[in-house]
Amino acid sequence: MAITASKTAAMDSPLYAGRRRRNAVAKGLAFAATIFGLGWLVLILGVLLYKGIGGLSLSVFMENTPPPGAAGGLLNAIVGSLIMTILAVLIGTPIGILAGTYLAEYGRHDKLSSVVRFINDILLSAPSIVIGLFVYEILVAPMGHFSGWAGAVALAVIVIPVVVRTTEDMLSLVPDTLREAAASIGLPRAHMIVRIAYRAAQAGIVTGILLAVARISGETAPLLFTALNNQFFSLNMGAPMPSLPVVIFQFALSPYAEWQKLAWTGALLITVTVLGLSILARSLTSARKS
Amino acid sequence: MASGERDVSEVALKGASAPAAASASRAAVLRRLRLTDSIFHGLTRGASLAVLALLSGVIIALIYGAAPALGTFGFGFLFDESWNPVTERFGALAPIFGTLVTSFIAMLIAVPVGLMVAFFLTELCPMMLRRPIGIAIELLAGIPSIIYGIWGLFVFAPFMQQYVQPLFIDTFANVPVLSTLFAGPPYGIGMFTAGLILAIMVLPFVTSISRDVFDAVPPVLKEAAYGVGCTTWEVFRYVVLPFTRVGVIGGFMLGLGRALGETMAVTFVIGNAHHISASLFAPGTTISASIANEFTEAVGDLYTSALVALGLILFFITFCVLAIARYMLMRLQQQGGK
Repeated sequence: MAITASKTAAMDSPLYAGRRRRNAVAKGLAFAATIFGLGWLVLILGVLLYKGIGGLSLSVFMENTPPPGAAGGLLNAIVGSLIMTILAVLIGTPIGILAGTYLAEYGRHDKLSSVVRFINDILLSAPSIVIGLFVYEILVAPMGHFSGWAGAVALAVIVIPVVVRTTEDMLSLVPDTLREAAASIGLPRAHMIVRIAYRAAQAGIVTGILLAVARISGETAPLLFTALNNQFFSLNMGAPMPSLPVVIFQFALSPYAEWQKLAWTGALLITVTVLGLSILARSLTSARKS
Repeated sequence: MASGERDVSEVALKGASAPAAASASRAAVLRRLRLTDSIFHGLTRGASLAVLALLSGVIIALIYGAAPALGTFGFGFLFDESWNPVTERFGALAPIFGTLVTSFIAMLIAVPVGLMVAFFLTELCPMMLRRPIGIAIELLAGIPSIIYGIWGLFVFAPFMQQYVQPLFIDTFANVPVLSTLFAGPPYGIGMFTAGLILAIMVLPFVTSISRDVFDAVPPVLKEAAYGVGCTTWEVFRYVVLPFTRVGVIGGFMLGLGRALGETMAVTFVIGNAHHISASLFAPGTTISASIANEFTEAVGDLYTSALVALGLILFFITFCVLAIARYMLMRLQQQGGK
């Protein structure tokens, strides 16, 4: 009896009411913040779909970027983006995987690894426009002209840290008992890594590569002054090469309605690609976990 | 593919049956294995040294490119507001100012909102919804910045111009400080709009790192707090937040690093005007936007070099911010490991 009485007294006290009120307010704010955050995602994707889908037609994939005032497509930009992305992955992935392997296998605790790990994290979030300036200084300025090669190298510099990071993380998840079992039957370390560790971490490493592709397929800043742009269809890596993001940048800021419409369509294509790749990457790892 | 494994087992079998004949081939196989092993070791080591070389290369290339401008203007480059390609007089003050102000606006909004979303996701959200909402917010982080840019230019800036900015200007017209901050004609584009778009971009970063960090709090701590009668908010405020403080600050710094270096989203809506204005509604510029807008059109070595010098300053600022972020996140990991 006495206990219940004191308990209700405590519940009615202004202190307790105040605490409960604060709790309710905080919960409400948290809920509102989540709606706010998700609201932007819905809004941006909604606008993108609305504006981009109208311009989507076969000619987008069949025709090159038009001169002002004419109709056209995005073929040269799509092809340019594909070529530079593939090249960047081909250049960046081997270096990334090997460096990640060193961090996770050979030099797990040595001094070099902790320095490389730190530097890699810095590179991972370094402003991409600075990467563009770097490649301009080492490739474009000495060669004297913009080129598709420079664009691919700039993208590769962005690929490397992403792949290093995921490779190291995924190899670290491979149980040491597997490594010990391999060592106990006399398998040398290199063979153990290639045959056992890589195989166990396969899905994770592929995820890392997919995430890297997702990251570079929307990158604009590093391409602006490396690959520049090209109004025409070009497979010449030594010459300026068009890419989807740069074309979007140029067309969106132009005063021509046709160009702006193409920019929205291109933006939709990039977003669908990037979201598709991230979802694919995510499903790869989650399938492994479960 | 399985040749190495066969080699090893053959060696073992032969070694057991015919020791004398096998010993020569066994030595050869072992030598080959040792060679491939050391080659592979060298390759991986070389690749990780390449990562180091990459960062040093970035720094050296930027310093080399920036040298003419820095040599001409000296330290005054940092404090000069003028930016005149015709007279070739360049100063970095306006872009630095713009970068800091837009990032500050972004963090001012993204940090509290991000923390509250993470609070919702870790403490309040029904289990069923946690994963989908978390994934949705991470997807927001994956959208390329040019998409935010084009959306900001065509949708968000007109909206700001028509509704938000006139409202702010009218409301604060007679408030002392705020009337200068929110003054001038509503252009739609400008520092304020750029800051808001950056906030939307940074939000998912702050959220997902905070959530990961909050999830790492040992349940026992939270249970003990609930046990003595704390409310959900009190558990979060007095147990979860203090425990994860270092990690949360590290997450903020990562978000800040992204906001400082963000290029495309800002370039579309900042207005690219090299002057410092007290009003947030005025067009301005940031370091990255100046480079993106002017680099290909820059004529003359000094102009190009001044832009590279801007890049060097940006890299230096973000390097410091990111280094602090990593240091803090590392400290949290060590604390968790104990």
